[in-house]
Amino acid sequence: MSIAEGPTAADDASGRGAAFHSSPGGEELTIVERLIFDASREGRRGVRFPQPSSRAQEAAAGQPALPASAMRSQAPRLPEVSELDLLRHFNRLAHLNYAIDLNFYPLGSCTMKYNPKVNEWAARLPGFAESHPLDPDALAQGSLAVEWLLAEQLKEISGFSAVSLQPAAGAQGELTGLLMARAYHRARGESGQRTKVLVPDSAHGTNPATATMVGYTAVTIPSNDRGGIDLEALRAALGPDVAALMITNPSTLGIFEDQIDQVITAVKAAGAIAYMDGANLNAILGRFRPGEAGFDVMHFNLHKTFSTPHGGGGPGAGPVGVSQRLEPFLPVPLPTLVEGDADEVRRDAWDGRSTPGARFALDWDRPQSIGKVRMYTGNVGMFVRAYTYIRSNGAEGLREISDDAVLAANYLRVGLADAYDLPYDRICKHEVVFSGRRQKRQHGVTTLDIAKAILDAGIHPPTIYFPLIVEEALMIEPTETESLETLDRFIGVMQRIADQATTDPDALRKAPLTTPVGRLDEASAARRPDLRWRSESRAW
Amino acid sequence: MAYSPHTDADRERMLAAIGVASVDDLFADIPSSVRPTSFELPPPMVEQQVRAELARLANLNRIPEISFLGAGAYRHLIPSVVWEVIGRSEFSTSYTPYQPEVSQGTLQSIYEFQSLICELTGMEVATASHYDGATATAEAALMACRLTHRDRIAISSAVNPQLRRVLATYCSGPGIQIVEVPADLAEGGSGLTLVGAAAAVLDEGVACLIVQHPNFFGGLEPMLELGDAAHAVGAQLVAVVEPVSLAMLEPPGAYGADLVAAEGQPLGIPLSYGGPYVGLMAAPMSAVRQMPGRLVGATHDVEGRRGYVLTLQAREQHIRREKAASNICTNQALCALAATAYLSAVGPRGLSEVAELSTVQARHLAAAIEEAGLGERRFSAPYFSEVAVRVPDAARRHAALAEQGIVAGHPLWRDYAELGDTLLLAATELTSDEHVERLVDALKATA
Repeated sequence: MSIAEGPTAADDASGRGAAFHSSPGGEELTIVERLIFDASREGRRGVRFPQPSSRAQEAAAGQPALPASAMRSQAPRLPEVSELDLLRHFNRLAHLNYAIDLNFYPLGSCTMKYNPKVNEWAARLPGFAESHPLDPDALAQGSLAVEWLLAEQLKEISGFSAVSLQPAAGAQGELTGLLMARAYHRARGESGQRTKVLVPDSAHGTNPATATMVGYTAVTIPSNDRGGIDLEALRAALGPDVAALMITNPSTLGIFEDQIDQVITAVKAAGAIAYMDGANLNAILGRFRPGEAGFDVMHFNLHKTFSTPHGGGGPGAGPVGVSQRLEPFLPVPLPTLVEGDADEVRRDAWDGRSTPGARFALDWDRPQSIGKVRMYTGNVGMFVRAYTYIRSNGAEGLREISDDAVLAANYLRVGLADAYDLPYDRICKHEVVFSGRRQKRQHGVTTLDIAKAILDAGIHPPTIYFPLIVEEALMIEPTETESLETLDRFIGVMQRIADQATTDPDALRKAPLTTPVGRLDEASAARRPDLRWRSESRAW
Repeated sequence: MAYSPHTDADRERMLAAIGVASVDDLFADIPSSVRPTSFELPPPMVEQQVRAELARLANLNRIPEISFLGAGAYRHLIPSVVWEVIGRSEFSTSYTPYQPEVSQGTLQSIYEFQSLICELTGMEVATASHYDGATATAEAALMACRLTHRDRIAISSAVNPQLRRVLATYCSGPGIQIVEVPADLAEGGSGLTLVGAAAAVLDEGVACLIVQHPNFFGGLEPMLELGDAAHAVGAQLVAVVEPVSLAMLEPPGAYGADLVAAEGQPLGIPLSYGGPYVGLMAAPMSAVRQMPGRLVGATHDVEGRRGYVLTLQAREQHIRREKAASNICTNQALCALAATAYLSAVGPRGLSEVAELSTVQARHLAAAIEEAGLGERRFSAPYFSEVAVRVPDAARRHAALAEQGIVAGHPLWRDYAELGDTLLLAATELTSDEHVERLVDALKATA
């Protein structure tokens, strides 16, 4: 059946979507929602704006007019819909989505924890939301105070001596970190010889991709049979040609590098920069401070550890913490306390007080800086949320977050150990990586089939096929905000699927059956890309 | 922990199942030599207290009563219905749609976003979004280098200075050289990029010419001529545009732009002191496999139903690792959703009204300042909704007005030595006649 001839929502009587939302209106609520363009009717209006006054128009008439040659001849074909039609459209689309606020979302490496609503309340306060990034510093003391205080807290959490909040996401934090590493080597006259960045084979794809963006060659370091970095291989690879090691700790296997002290020592002895990918910081709050342990640089993912919403794939925020030797190279501008005593301002903020006479400003005068990595000072809306979260939890709450996240992951590790293979069977941190190789070899059920069967149970599957070094990987991160009942239910679902793989593997290969759409043809999407609506194309 | 669901009994049950005596045992693999010696953070707060703390900080910001500040970020009406849409937590608390069967809401909204950006720009394909307009421009420039196999970039000095700094950082990675094309900033000058100067720096080693239109000073650039100059040497024209202006201005696809980048903040995204915003990027289909970032495509499911997936992922870091087109992982999906809802809410007529009002009020503003003898337009070229005005003793008066809650635009001398006493004033549909009047009165009072 071609796409064009596919059934429409109106004749879809399959009951898809049942697991994800109940539809009180039954068949009137379409499961497949048409494009907003197809709801458009010429002349229909949504939001309207006032007309310019005659006074404004008369005054404007004396100014240079917009030249006809610069004007467009045809209006853009934006949809023409009423406000209610628009709202229904997006609400229906919302119904087609899975989200943390609906159910368990154990997507490994992504830390899909509860996103507290008071964070949203704070970010929408007009004082924050209406602050223009180029407002004079005197008018922006609140935004600057949040940035300064959050940076101070991230310093204390990570043990680094300075923090820049500017990077927009983890991957941009990596870029910022490696650019600073290069600037450091350059300042020492060693940039020509140091051309390689070492990356473990378990790393996120962003690590080697970032190395390339900075003009470095990524060199892969193998893992050992315990799931840690192979220390001997690392030592052999280190030399005067190495600029940095990028290592995720706990690793993407959810395992803490128990030789991390030796890793750092070896990297530094070789004159290289020790970069920690902070994607998994949620496992180690109050238990390990990368800066204090000797790392030179780390990016935070505020959307993971500090609960800012993932937004369907962004916005995130990827601040970087650095050791003293990288501090001169931080991006500009840096929010700075220019008047007042730092200890006093910090203490007063603990008590919810403003310090009289304290003044913040943006420091642009940093001659060794790598420059800017994005406009302005960063994703400030995310900083407000992260600051709210840290204040809500406090020191003991932050420690408890990691304790409970690790407890939950180990509970799943033990609970599923019989049902699935566990390639690295040892205490894990915030996530645990199983392998579906037994199900694949013995019953022809792939990890993809398992993931789709999990969807039919109304749960979002774990991350699959990552890390690459685990065959048929299932990477499960429960987070600290899921109750024991949820964890038990998940264990039950996973055990049932493992059983079904032995008794009725064909059924698993047909999953999912209850989602709004079934398995989608990704190959043809890539072969014949259809990336936009066109007015001449047929309506659905 | 503020959001813990666990009772002590729950924790005991989990510890027993795992077979350890305490949570500390789960951290025994952290070498003792690297355990923290400090973790001094404030005590926890309950919601009532945390609200008071955040209200205190928000109140330290003084939101100006009247502001003519633009220079890359603009105060527009955000319709209530847009807030409502992005507040749906089925969108905000989902993640990158790795499981398309349960992510059709996000995927379809991104497909609609890509379509809307194509309609606005007159281009064939648009990405699922970037961090902001500056990183979208930098990624477009790197893309032009890949497409042309060249390693130099030319950029007009009338492009937003902060954007140029971001470009410089991105280019420093792979060692791409940047050549600046001067704009006509002389007394009585146009304020536009000099076509002759562009032609002089363009040669067959240059991958692209980057021009902002309307430019940083609000001026309308000779895009056709600049494009011709770039194309004459096989370089690409990268147009940096402002999306609201595209309701009225010729789309980049019509004047021969090869790549388009833009800051999408004006489309329903709050100022929030600079972020999160959303970068837009558009290109011809022939270049799609060199585009960085996420793309959503239409396809069908096993039963022939239409659906959407992330596609052409062979370009991306999680597949290609060190050979990827970019390291970009997330986009700015929720901000892209805001833009999608905004463009659908205002429609073609509403966007036109916003653009029209902005241009009229910018002219009203310039005329009022000139008529009162308070200052003069610095450049001769037609402008869109921002205008550079020279006002004697501008630094002092700008500061004095800020004290009264009036931000008289952006001081241009900070980035351009030639533009002493020159303020860049922006108008939007929220600029009222009264705002203009009060600015004029306040400037008079500080004369």
